[in-house]
Amino acid sequence: MLARHAGKITGIAAALSPVGGLTGCAGMQSALDPAGHEAQELYLLFLGMCAGGAVVFISVVSLLIYAVHHQRRVHSDRVVARLILWGTVTTVAVLTVLLTFSLALWPGLRPVQAEGQPAIEITVTGHQFWWDVRYQTPDGQAVVVAANEVRLPVGERVFLTLESADMIHSFWIPALAGKMDMVPGRSTHLSLLATRPGVFRGPCAEYCGTSHALMAFSAVAMEPAAFTAWLAARRMPSPTAQAAGLQAFLSNGCGGCHTISGTEARGKIGPDLSHVGSRETIGAGILPNTVQSIARFIKEPDTIKPGVRMPSFRMLPDEEIAGIAQYLKGLQ
Amino acid sequence: MGFRILPKEIETLWTLFTGPAIWAVHFLFCYVWAAIYCAKRDQLQFGMVFVRGGIGVATVIALVLVAAGGYLAWRQWGFGVNNPPHNKPTEDSRTLFQGFSTLLLSALSFVAVVFTALPTLFIQACWP
Repeated sequence: MLARHAGKITGIAAALSPVGGLTGCAGMQSALDPAGHEAQELYLLFLGMCAGGAVVFISVVSLLIYAVHHQRRVHSDRVVARLILWGTVTTVAVLTVLLTFSLALWPGLRPVQAEGQPAIEITVTGHQFWWDVRYQTPDGQAVVVAANEVRLPVGERVFLTLESADMIHSFWIPALAGKMDMVPGRSTHLSLLATRPGVFRGPCAEYCGTSHALMAFSAVAMEPAAFTAWLAARRMPSPTAQAAGLQAFLSNGCGGCHTISGTEARGKIGPDLSHVGSRETIGAGILPNTVQSIARFIKEPDTIKPGVRMPSFRMLPDEEIAGIAQYLKGLQ
Repeated sequence: MGFRILPKEIETLWTLFTGPAIWAVHFLFCYVWAAIYCAKRDQLQFGMVFVRGGIGVATVIALVLVAAGGYLAWRQWGFGVNNPPHNKPTEDSRTLFQGFSTLLLSALSFVAVVFTALPTLFIQACWP
């Protein structure tokens, strides 16, 4: 029931904010600009707790002012006893209301399988400092491997299994849902339902090493038809997988760590690059996806992302790096 | 001496912890019971309704016990006839102080037991 009123309450809150004061909180990584069902519930929780906190604050300050103004007047024992009794009762009542309100939102934040099978299941594995993303297709026949970008259909429930290959990471797309830790040796789960299309940013929300702050990903909410087409395309190698630049990629050993489907590159240590050219960002959410950015990352990954396992390729001629970057950008 | 449901006034410090002890046992029961069910639910023959019902029964028992402890404390405090702070170095004052303290702790434990059980009203299944 709360969820049904969430939109209305959010609308009222936005209208009341002075000249759209909350617009400063909008953006691709804001929990105050929800684009998903779970984030909407959390936003409602935030507004409810703020309102409750404001009532408590104003009451306490009012009592303080009352006490200061009446410091010379001595109350009778009877009045004091009543003040203490009703003060306690009011406090417990306010806490009960806030606790019940927050607990009532819980089923919406952790929807169980009873709501029907999710449209798609995605397994995300955290690495220092990137994300391995695997989509189980709805027919259960294939797994599409990607990295550093999570795509999901708008209006359809997505079930995520979260794992970690090394440290404790935390998966968080503030605009879509709350965060969930990724713990080595365990599987944790998260459920997402995007309500409007858009590109959002997800940071790693648990310190995981030197470049923790440089570990992020894009979350792209797409119309269901576009998502289905996108996923079908990702099952095939990029049409340009054999283009010029592949030879330089392979001869410099890049295939030892990276996979490009349709080629001999089948490394598993680094992110899958099969369709890297179509991603929103490079280096797990830190550089725009341009040929220049890719070239820069090949040349000095240790500078861009301290602690990264990828060695730098400064020794390669600039033309060769540019050729590889051009090739990778072409993998759409 | 006839049979008494409620014992005579007790002079031991242990009564002070009756409420918090019941709260602690109830807390442990709720969390352990739910955790075991969620971990082993595939091998068990009953559903979440049974778990929630069990917590409901435990909560009612805990609240009755806390209320009974509170009543004893209220009696020890003289049914509220004497006002605190009961800070004189006499046996009577000590008894009243203990009764009053136990009554307050019982009230706290009562609220705590309710708050511990509250999630049961909303959580309908294990996740995931």
